[in-house]
Amino acid sequence: MLESKIPEGNLADKWDNYKEHVKLVNPANRKKLDVIVVGTGLAGASCAASLGELGYNVKSFCFQDSPRRAHSVAAQGGVNAAKNYKNDGDSVFRMFSDTIKGGDFRSREANVYRLAECSANLIDQAVAQGVPFAREYGGYLNNRSFGGVQVSRTFYARGQTGQQLLLGAYQALMRQVGANKVKTYTRHEMLDLVVIDGKAKGIITRDLVTGEIERHAANAVVLASGGYGKVYYLSTLAMGCNTSAIWRAHKKGAYMSGVSWIQFHPTCLPQSGEHQSKLTLMSESLRNDGRIWVPKKARDERKPNDIPEDERDYYLERRYPTFGNLAPRDISSRAAKERIDAGCGVGVMKNAVFLDFSKAIKEQGKEKIKEKYSNLFKMYDKINAVNAYNEPMLISPAAHFTMGGLWVDYELMTTIPGLFALGEANFADHGANRLGANSLLQASVDGYFIAPYSIPNYLAGELKAEKITTDHPAFAEAEQVVKKQLQQFLNINGHLSADHFHKTLGKLLYDGCGLSRTKDSLEKAIVSIKTLRDQFYKELKITGDHTINSELEKAGRVADYLDLGILMCEDALSREESCGAHFREEYQTPDGEALRNDHDYCYVSAWEWKGADAQHELHKEPLVFENVSLTVRSYK
Amino acid sequence: MKIYLKIWRQDNPASPGQMKDYQLDDVSQDMSFLEMMDLLNESLIQKSERVVEFDHDCREGICGQCGMMINGRAHGPLTHTTTCQLHMRSFKDGDTIYIEPFRAAAFPIVRDLKVDRKAFDKIIQAGGFISASTGETPEANGILIAHAIAEAAFDAAACIGCGACVATCKNSSADLFTSAKITQLALLPQGQIERTERVIAMVDQMDAEGFGHCSNTEACEVECPQEISVLHIARMNYEYNKAQLVQH
Repeated sequence: MLESKIPEGNLADKWDNYKEHVKLVNPANRKKLDVIVVGTGLAGASCAASLGELGYNVKSFCFQDSPRRAHSVAAQGGVNAAKNYKNDGDSVFRMFSDTIKGGDFRSREANVYRLAECSANLIDQAVAQGVPFAREYGGYLNNRSFGGVQVSRTFYARGQTGQQLLLGAYQALMRQVGANKVKTYTRHEMLDLVVIDGKAKGIITRDLVTGEIERHAANAVVLASGGYGKVYYLSTLAMGCNTSAIWRAHKKGAYMSGVSWIQFHPTCLPQSGEHQSKLTLMSESLRNDGRIWVPKKARDERKPNDIPEDERDYYLERRYPTFGNLAPRDISSRAAKERIDAGCGVGVMKNAVFLDFSKAIKEQGKEKIKEKYSNLFKMYDKINAVNAYNEPMLISPAAHFTMGGLWVDYELMTTIPGLFALGEANFADHGANRLGANSLLQASVDGYFIAPYSIPNYLAGELKAEKITTDHPAFAEAEQVVKKQLQQFLNINGHLSADHFHKTLGKLLYDGCGLSRTKDSLEKAIVSIKTLRDQFYKELKITGDHTINSELEKAGRVADYLDLGILMCEDALSREESCGAHFREEYQTPDGEALRNDHDYCYVSAWEWKGADAQHELHKEPLVFENVSLTVRSYK
Repeated sequence: MKIYLKIWRQDNPASPGQMKDYQLDDVSQDMSFLEMMDLLNESLIQKSERVVEFDHDCREGICGQCGMMINGRAHGPLTHTTTCQLHMRSFKDGDTIYIEPFRAAAFPIVRDLKVDRKAFDKIIQAGGFISASTGETPEANGILIAHAIAEAAFDAAACIGCGACVATCKNSSADLFTSAKITQLALLPQGQIERTERVIAMVDQMDAEGFGHCSNTEACEVECPQEISVLHIARMNYEYNKAQLVQH
């Protein structure tokens, strides 16, 4: 039975109630407790640094060459906080209700309220660390607005908010490394979780340089390994982003939730050819000043500046007059797809829409626009050799953020005691769609403010438990499984690269389980992915050996993506409704909006692994709404 | 386009390396440089050869993980651009491209084009932070920072830690990297308390890692993807000298 462990009391009191009753660990005892943190993005770095500051022994792992590389760096636009500095009617409750509504009523009230409640303190924390947020001329912090809300609550550091927040967390982490409270293991990849007597007790890693398989024991394991949007191959994610840490924990008993809830970001650079390895994100903040349009006429070959005003379709302003170009991401992406499918797409592959700044430049002047977005315009020019001050950008939706992830309770603990999941790796706060500038927030709040309470609450019970060492047979067993799999990949000696399988899987998922899905498309995708998976284990080709080998790394990640892809489709198939980013074409309103079914599907799906060839078992955590009413999510 | 490549291949830090020749017949102008490398590796797999190892991750110019010497220039022919943001339209049909790792004594080669930049982490560990533990925080707007100061601090903070400055410097100096962090934290009111200790610890660590000294050629600024200014180096020297006086 899934126990979400929501604390007693009114919504606004729950987190305080929790903190007031949490078990503490005596400072003298903390150094006897070891914690492993996998991932050094905002969630992982902030958690590892905070636990180090408290006095625990922390081991921090990342596959990159430095903890500072984690993909939190790529978040551009901002981080939300209910400071109400703009006096425009913001509050913790308003941020909570925006986020619940933005997620289409598929997240827990108590989690989301806590996220909004801790948001203000995150800004305090980041400023104290020296994060250079944008300032007004009077010296006060500046804000801007983001999609899906009517207040300005987004704090930003030019177009590098993620980079700057991550550097704050990374520097805090480095400080603890210098103080010998945290030990970092860079170029290390977690390849298995070690579970002993039902509790998470360590991990197996591969040193990506020497190839050595290592055992690490701990009293608790934290997975902050990010999202799995790279399953689509073409996505806004970094090339190394993967599902392996959480998927291998899933195979050891941790349930997965909201697996098919993937956000397609509406403002990305479109695919231009088969060679492409990634779809670069252009910050959503551009939608504050850019207007999105396509030609009214299908297959219009004219240059954008040659198309007169009355022959342009500003479809977001037309369909959603209240929110216009700031409609939430899922809605904006779907509206773009609708126009592209209708033949009005633009660009070489007819797969894009225009993002036009001419009106903003006319009204505010080029200098003002430059000040706000110069790095984004520069990036656009570098990639496309086009000056977007003079003609519109071409943008297109791309796989971006995974609302789904490991199921966690209020304490961010998975279904395996002692295994925690933080940030994008868990499913917790965004429901079926994440609002812009809430991901940096969630990752930071999980790591700085929640984990330092909930992990010690678990560790307090570990003090009397028998100390596990890496000599335990469970470690030997897990190590053997890992070694066997790596050898298996090297032995196949087929003729197709890991990238080939990854790209093929990505196409299958974009078509079958992408921006919109149907029963038919999902069923077909499942069959095709299973065939692809069989082919992978027969025809994969890896050159090189056990030592440093990027192809061997990719093979393991693709193997996990293939399994995950099937579960994504099964998850989408089981939910016969449309909600947020999950759009089942069979379930829509007459004007093409998502049609939720609260009677039958107001729950969190939690999938249990039953073996490679067996069906997953579905568990349900009902969602209860006591503080907001379940309304039709309208941005019209 | 047809492209000829000469790439540095080296098995491990101890083994000797050498330039090896490769050829690609079907390179598109729209490919990024790293997508061209993907194409090469795909062809090597088909020929049962070991792929060329190189570091890369975000492929949007922000993680700082990619970096190669391309025709003798850090991150290639464009200024202020990471390798991943370089596109093949910067080259022409029939070109020969020389690709080597970022070389510096403090950046040992791991394999092929991958280098170890842990020395940068160690410089930050020495003092590249403000000691504000989680929870030790005044209200954010309690610390007022003038717009111009915040913008100047941001300009310095924008460094992505790629190491192009070190690779391009004839002395393998890490002055640009180190000074950018020192400037950011010295400009901000939050960074004042530790200002003296910070600069001494970071500069000493930089020297201990084996980076060379700055001799003011300013090549680093030209190659820096984030256009970090060499004026930060002047500030670092000022801060360091002042700190020495204050400490002794």
